[in-house]
Amino acid sequence: MTDAAQVTGAQSLIKSLEAAGADTVFGIPGGAILPAYDPLYDSVRIRHILVRHEQGAGHAAAGYASATGRVGVCMATSGPGATNLVTPIADAYMDSVPMVAVTGQVASSSIGTDAFQEADIRGITMPITKHNFLVTDPDEIPRTVAEAFYIASTGRPGPVLVDVSKDAMQRLTTFRWPTELQLPGYRPVTRPHAKQVREAARLITEARRPVLYVGGGVIRAGASQELRVLAEMTGIPVVTTLMARGAFPDSHPQHLGMPGMHGTVAAVAGLQRSDLIVSLGARFDDRVTGNLDSFAPNARIVHADIDPAEIGKNRHADVPIVGDAREVIADLIVALQAETEAGHHGDYDAWTSWLTGVTAKYPLGYDQPTDGSLAPQYVIERLGKIAGPDAVYVAGVGQHQMWAAHFVGYEKPGTWINSGGLGTMGFSVPAAMGAKVGRPDATVWSIDGDGCFQMTNQELATCALEGIPIKVAVINNESLGMVRQWQTLFYNERYSNTDLQSLRRTRGRIPDFVKLAEAYGCVGLACDSPDEVDATINKAMEIDDVPVVVDFRVHRDAMVWPMVAAGTSNDDIKYARDMAPEFEKDDL
Amino acid sequence: MSKHTLSVLVENKPGVLARIAGLFSRRGFNIDSLAVGPTEHAEVSRMTIVVNVEDSPLEQVTKQLNKLVEVIKIVELDNSASVSRELLLVKVKADAATRGQVLEVVQLFKAKVVDVAADAVTIQLVGNTDKLEDFLAIVEPFGVRELVQSGMVAIGRGSRSITDRTLRPIPVPTPAAG
Repeated sequence: MTDAAQVTGAQSLIKSLEAAGADTVFGIPGGAILPAYDPLYDSVRIRHILVRHEQGAGHAAAGYASATGRVGVCMATSGPGATNLVTPIADAYMDSVPMVAVTGQVASSSIGTDAFQEADIRGITMPITKHNFLVTDPDEIPRTVAEAFYIASTGRPGPVLVDVSKDAMQRLTTFRWPTELQLPGYRPVTRPHAKQVREAARLITEARRPVLYVGGGVIRAGASQELRVLAEMTGIPVVTTLMARGAFPDSHPQHLGMPGMHGTVAAVAGLQRSDLIVSLGARFDDRVTGNLDSFAPNARIVHADIDPAEIGKNRHADVPIVGDAREVIADLIVALQAETEAGHHGDYDAWTSWLTGVTAKYPLGYDQPTDGSLAPQYVIERLGKIAGPDAVYVAGVGQHQMWAAHFVGYEKPGTWINSGGLGTMGFSVPAAMGAKVGRPDATVWSIDGDGCFQMTNQELATCALEGIPIKVAVINNESLGMVRQWQTLFYNERYSNTDLQSLRRTRGRIPDFVKLAEAYGCVGLACDSPDEVDATINKAMEIDDVPVVVDFRVHRDAMVWPMVAAGTSNDDIKYARDMAPEFEKDDL
Repeated sequence: MSKHTLSVLVENKPGVLARIAGLFSRRGFNIDSLAVGPTEHAEVSRMTIVVNVEDSPLEQVTKQLNKLVEVIKIVELDNSASVSRELLLVKVKADAATRGQVLEVVQLFKAKVVDVAADAVTIQLVGNTDKLEDFLAIVEPFGVRELVQSGMVAIGRGSRSITDRTLRPIPVPTPAAG
């Protein structure tokens, strides 16, 4: 291409997406974005996947990004197309997912007139994007796209929206990919401060009860190898948050599991009784800390994060470290080696043996229903065993998500994708679709609830038609299970509007997920009893040419344990209903 | 709670004010006053924001502001090391009987009469917050008919400039293969 060649703004937009490295765009055309879809039709470098709802496009882009580490791209038209992206954009913002959303906007002369399909999507998404742009000049398109990809993928990743007016796409311009970006206010710090790292190393060797509190930043930074080296050279116990499952192998003896509201007893008690928390890419979220005032009362805090605003936001940091998790951990390893050479070693034997005892006494577990019905945890456990640690598991939000976090067994980063911060029901199917597009050779299991599944299952049509053979395990308890659990525990078992009534016998199952799967061109399977679980999963694993939906009809009263009730202290964790762990006072 | 004056250099682009105002409102920070205007660099605007917060929320305010891509630099101006000014325009009742007294106050404060009517004078006063408050307390008894006040603007003392900086560009990274 020559610099002088005249192209339309729309052609420039598609060339820019290509130049930025996009190979897949999830989207739906419409009036204002229509000019872009014309050159997109000819692009050989970009595969456009036509989804059935813009929300699906957004979550698919997030799933693609989480599975590959590359920027996910979604596209929609103005007005309702753009507002349908709001939920996935907010979701990606909360979970720091690198994503670029391109939306069409009404012609610049109509902006502000309440024109047909006009919505101020830049104004609407200001609080839920890392940054956003409105482009009305076609000459600005390449630079804006380059900046959008750069901002989305560097520092703390996040979604960036590029809103392009229809006339900017229709007018003529010249395409020139910029050689430099003008972002004077954007300078993410990735190199940690050496003095702070040395101070952290000193605290680590002095501590008696340290814990490595690992968050999603370790996944985003690709720092799992470094984390393992750090953990093994020090022997410090590790907890991995919901966003960090897979960052450290579940099978590793130092791994205490997931902390927080539904964390393991060992992970919760470990943080609670620690004297030093080394936070790596985590943000002391309320779901981890419980009541903040009583969280880990005796712990000093080393808080490493790429986003300076996270440090000290919820909990005071004794040693703040701003930097990329991978670089921070690598530097910490070097600093700790220096401490070792100077004869300083941490002594954590009493601590780790106490924690081993806690793990042994309060392991993750669940009761098999006595009536022979199916335990949801069993389904998920078997799924993890059969599909194995190389499969990618993508959850929705609710009970099934917590069980999937606990019972699959993660060994590798990038194999667990879920909606952590925003808690978006309906995330799973489209995100699994995006993950499968990004990693076509991996087995991708959507583990979804029947409530979540009914929010976004229209993307099964996309999967069937586009050759994206995901597998969906619907953990079907005919209810909005997590809300029902709260009603059981905190609202006197008054089940207000959580019964999805899928079993009203007069008309059979509503909906019948097997028939629904078949209607969408997928294979539909059903499983009612524990004896059939393995065979059903194996059957689903054998089908690799079309999507598979398995309706696992599970016991509806199963609950997620352990649990720290909202707003209470992590000291009040229950490992089953009304069952609090007993720690002997003189243990530590 | 204590007052803090933040000088915020931002890119001179549409929507920047909305971003900053939105950030303050959604994070629950209160703005006492905000003034925006051009600087000696055409592409840079300067906001002076006065917030009334404790030290620890102030740190969050500045960190969150710093995260905005279009925010270039934030400096907290210390009262003792900076000059701050606000502009007040006030319409005070003044008829033949009281006009002399009002003008005496104007003179005392080195204020300026910018408009005169039969029963009122409009006064302009520039000064720091204390001076404006003192002035208003004294003219109040005459009767204030209308009042408008600018946000505070502030600048550090001495020869150094907070806009001394490089607007260096970032080389475009080559996208990962695939």
